[in-house]
Amino acid sequence: MSEGAANYSPQELMVAVAAREIRDHDLVFVGMRLPILAYAVARNNHAPNARGLFEVGLMRDRPAESYLGTMGDPPNVVGALWATRMSNVMALMAQGLVDLGFIGGAEVDRFGNLNTSYVGDPSKPEVKLPGSGGGADIAILSRRWVTLMNHERRRLVDRVSFVTSPGYGDGTPGWRKKNGLLGAGPAAIVTTMCVFRFPEGGGEAYLDSIHPGHSLDEVRANTGWPVDASEDVKETAAPTQAELEVIRKVQS
Amino acid sequence: MSGKVMTMAEAIDRFVPDGATVALGTALEPLIPFAAGHELIRQGRRDLELVGPISDALFDQLIGAGCVRRITAAWVGNVSEGLGHCYRRAAEDRVPHSIEVHDHTNFSISIALWAAAWNVPSLPARTLLGSGLLDTNPNLKVAAGLVHINAVRPDVALVHVQRADAMGRAHAWGPLGISEEAGLAAQHIVLTCEELVDESVTLSDPNRILFPETKVVAIVHEPGGAHPSPVQGYFKRDHAFFRDYAKESRTADGFLAWLEQWVLGVPDRAAYMKQIDVEALRVKGSALSSPANFADE
Repeated sequence: MSEGAANYSPQELMVAVAAREIRDHDLVFVGMRLPILAYAVARNNHAPNARGLFEVGLMRDRPAESYLGTMGDPPNVVGALWATRMSNVMALMAQGLVDLGFIGGAEVDRFGNLNTSYVGDPSKPEVKLPGSGGGADIAILSRRWVTLMNHERRRLVDRVSFVTSPGYGDGTPGWRKKNGLLGAGPAAIVTTMCVFRFPEGGGEAYLDSIHPGHSLDEVRANTGWPVDASEDVKETAAPTQAELEVIRKVQS
Repeated sequence: MSGKVMTMAEAIDRFVPDGATVALGTALEPLIPFAAGHELIRQGRRDLELVGPISDALFDQLIGAGCVRRITAAWVGNVSEGLGHCYRRAAEDRVPHSIEVHDHTNFSISIALWAAAWNVPSLPARTLLGSGLLDTNPNLKVAAGLVHINAVRPDVALVHVQRADAMGRAHAWGPLGISEEAGLAAQHIVLTCEELVDESVTLSDPNRILFPETKVVAIVHEPGGAHPSPVQGYFKRDHAFFRDYAKESRTADGFLAWLEQWVLGVPDRAAYMKQIDVEALRVKGSALSSPANFADE
């Protein structure tokens, strides 16, 4: 990896970090917005043989060449490798053939569980969020997954009030296996300040790296659980010029 | 000409009664039958159960207009803009009235429709294990390490397609989402189409026909009937329209003003289309697939 660039936004760093989660030849459940950019970066740099799946019923190699408001927009169909029904795409995931998924959410907790359904009592919610979409499917069935989130205390909570998409459940080792979940679970929570990862077999998120310009104190002050970290936690590698070039080209 | 071709007003009047279970928006973000949904609102339909996967702004509009008793869907909001404000007002503040929500995932609503299509009470799946949706949706049950998803049987599926003939043979292309299972599961299918074509067009490629014609009870020739959602080969997505809707529907009064301008204050889709810049959204390019040879000798 070449020398990191000097000027970039927090979102561009998140995209670069997410892109590094994609390995060559991976089958990736892409999603929208930042993960699409991450997929574009990976395809153009270190993962030229990756394939992207979209639950609407599409497989692609190259990212779309025009702006997408949604994954079902016409530019995402032009050049598709497969246009099909949703259940065919889900079939691949149910067989454990999807290597990596991206899921967004309103809240994530220390065990990597995501809430996109209800804040407060589901029978009388304070906030009704849109729901799972394919999020729970990806969380349960893809081999590993990553979530990207703005780092705010109200988003990184001790325990989510509702588990839409399960991470490591109650955090006890082997929770996913015991409950029959096919995939291995969340690999990382990538925020605007840092990267959390999880121990092998599941459990509580630990701080893996802090983005340049942020501190452990700042991370702790903005996280809803006591953050497990050593004082000499490493710094997240800044986006390279090559990564930034792809991000800015796709965004424009 | 078969007796299946009719106006939107007639199709909705005849085939979507109050209390019906209606699948719509089955291709997710494209091909959303907005014109059909708006006619449901104009005719004052009540107590509907809406069935869908990721469901863009049309669900939100039907909820805000007071047409909906229950949501059986994976996601309801404004896909490119975020939350659905009418959905929030109904679920949080019972405005205009309370609604029941049966939460699904994209995969589980597909499976629920396949179960109905195959006429079985439920189908097992590997998704949903460990999700809180198991607690809020009474139609999901865990047994022997799998989640059993009860069949969802729509009374009618409302589906917009690129072209159809007068017998109801529909050609749709691009991603299909859960359209096929929704149509097979439904008792009736109401098609709306960009082009009403001769059967020589549809029958030239029977593999592309989406549904058995025997399930199709109505065909409505409704150009632009999916606006602001996209139609591959016909219309781009009108991103700004979704953005404006998100802004205007932020308050209940703002939503009602929106509804007056775009639904209640216009008699039909043709009048609606006069309010938008159709030519700016129309697809003008051509990227034709190669013909397939269906000859038998």
